[in-house]
Amino acid sequence: MSELKRTSLYESHLKAGGKIVEFAGWEMPIQYEGLVVEHEAVRNKVGLFDVSHMGEVSVKGKDAEKFVNNLVTNDVSLLNPNQIAYAMMCNENGGVVDDLLNYKYSEDHYFLVINASNVDKDFAWMQKQAAGFDVELVNLSDGMSEIAVQGPNAQALLQRLTDTNLDEIAFFYFKDGVKVCGLDTIVSRTGYTGEDGFEVYLSHEAAPVVWEALLKEGQDLGVKPAGLGCRDTLRFEAGLPLYGNEFDDNISPLEAGLGFFVKLDSPFIGSDVLVKQKAEGLARKTVGLEMVDRGVPRHGYEVAVNGEVIGHIATGYTSPTLGRTIANALIDAKYSEMGTEVDVLIRGKAAKAKVVSKRFYTKQYKK
Amino acid sequence: MNVVKGLYYSEDHEWVKVEGGKAKVGVSDHAAHQLGDIVYLELPEVGAELSAGDVFGVIESVKAASDSYSPVSGVVTAVNEELADGPEAINSDPYESWIFELELSDASELEGLMTAEAYEAFIAE
Repeated sequence: MSELKRTSLYESHLKAGGKIVEFAGWEMPIQYEGLVVEHEAVRNKVGLFDVSHMGEVSVKGKDAEKFVNNLVTNDVSLLNPNQIAYAMMCNENGGVVDDLLNYKYSEDHYFLVINASNVDKDFAWMQKQAAGFDVELVNLSDGMSEIAVQGPNAQALLQRLTDTNLDEIAFFYFKDGVKVCGLDTIVSRTGYTGEDGFEVYLSHEAAPVVWEALLKEGQDLGVKPAGLGCRDTLRFEAGLPLYGNEFDDNISPLEAGLGFFVKLDSPFIGSDVLVKQKAEGLARKTVGLEMVDRGVPRHGYEVAVNGEVIGHIATGYTSPTLGRTIANALIDAKYSEMGTEVDVLIRGKAAKAKVVSKRFYTKQYKK
Repeated sequence: MNVVKGLYYSEDHEWVKVEGGKAKVGVSDHAAHQLGDIVYLELPEVGAELSAGDVFGVIESVKAASDSYSPVSGVVTAVNEELADGPEAINSDPYESWIFELELSDASELEGLMTAEAYEAFIAE
């Protein structure tokens, strides 16, 4: 096994009492004080996440927009300069290679943000798809740190460290060249928690300076460092998918319930398969489940009806915000109607659950 | 981390409280902290025969499910049903939150467990 990587904030995590685990080849903090207090800090105040493990790729050249639009499920030609679109990249079978944020500088310059676990796979995929396009792809992942500032107090906190008026950065827009603590950054109003907040891309040298300043200046705003543990519970409650859980190379965006981010009238790799899926009706659907019996439905557990396996759990938790034990599951579409009773096989035992809406938490975005 | 005197402790961070020929089993404060916010507990069944080292149940925190091991052998005589409704008591009061009680089949096994002092040293390592 290759050596684990550390972000530029590793020392800060140790100092803050972070419990370090291996994640996607990185040594990352799973929690500091505790998952639930960090989760609540993000929902009610503000939390800081080190997301420097995420990958970044720049796309430059005359065909940049054409290339990205062929690569991803959304229609990025509709974006304004400095606007961002969430999308997935599909393979030729309609499965998901990864999901990503597409930052549009201009028609000939895009900045793509991809998952840590998929950086090498994604970059190789992008390079393969670049044949015939006049573009230059650069994998910037190793040279960039990223801090997510998330929660209702995120703007108040970040505003203390910058002269740029953050009101000028609307939801899913970004600005390059923002000085934070006097240091060069890219700031976007994006996140992975269902709360208002920002993601700040910056150099490895700048990251510890900004991180420490955010912690220090945010005391009265209730700031806490937040680990990967609550990153997952927060994104799950907010209905935000995770590669490897809600979709993967063999699950399509439509099956994952993400049709909103799929623009079939703007063809992309795999779109022909998705057009067909849509026309014929989905054989599998992603539903929300709520447990009736006791037990926690975890990723990968089987879902069954009358002893016959009909699907599996994508993500499940006892929700810290809602107190309900809930899950997303990809199941045979026959059983996807609200109220349908199914069994979740928990360590071999059937525990009853019912199909519910998967809108568990209403996102508190500032639009 | 709180370690209560007069109990026996296992390397898997369970505590054993002996009362006559019976023993109550729970998890230590240290274990409760390591597990994080506990949301679910799978209890053993009354009458179940456990050998030392057997999985008696599962403790689940928000993040993960962890097998739990019986530190001693015997037949389960009672389980703490209150914990099924309020498993978070293990976090707030680990030494009052006994999980199950068993009739000890081999009291000499207790000698293989740690005293409070030894356990304190063990978790300090």
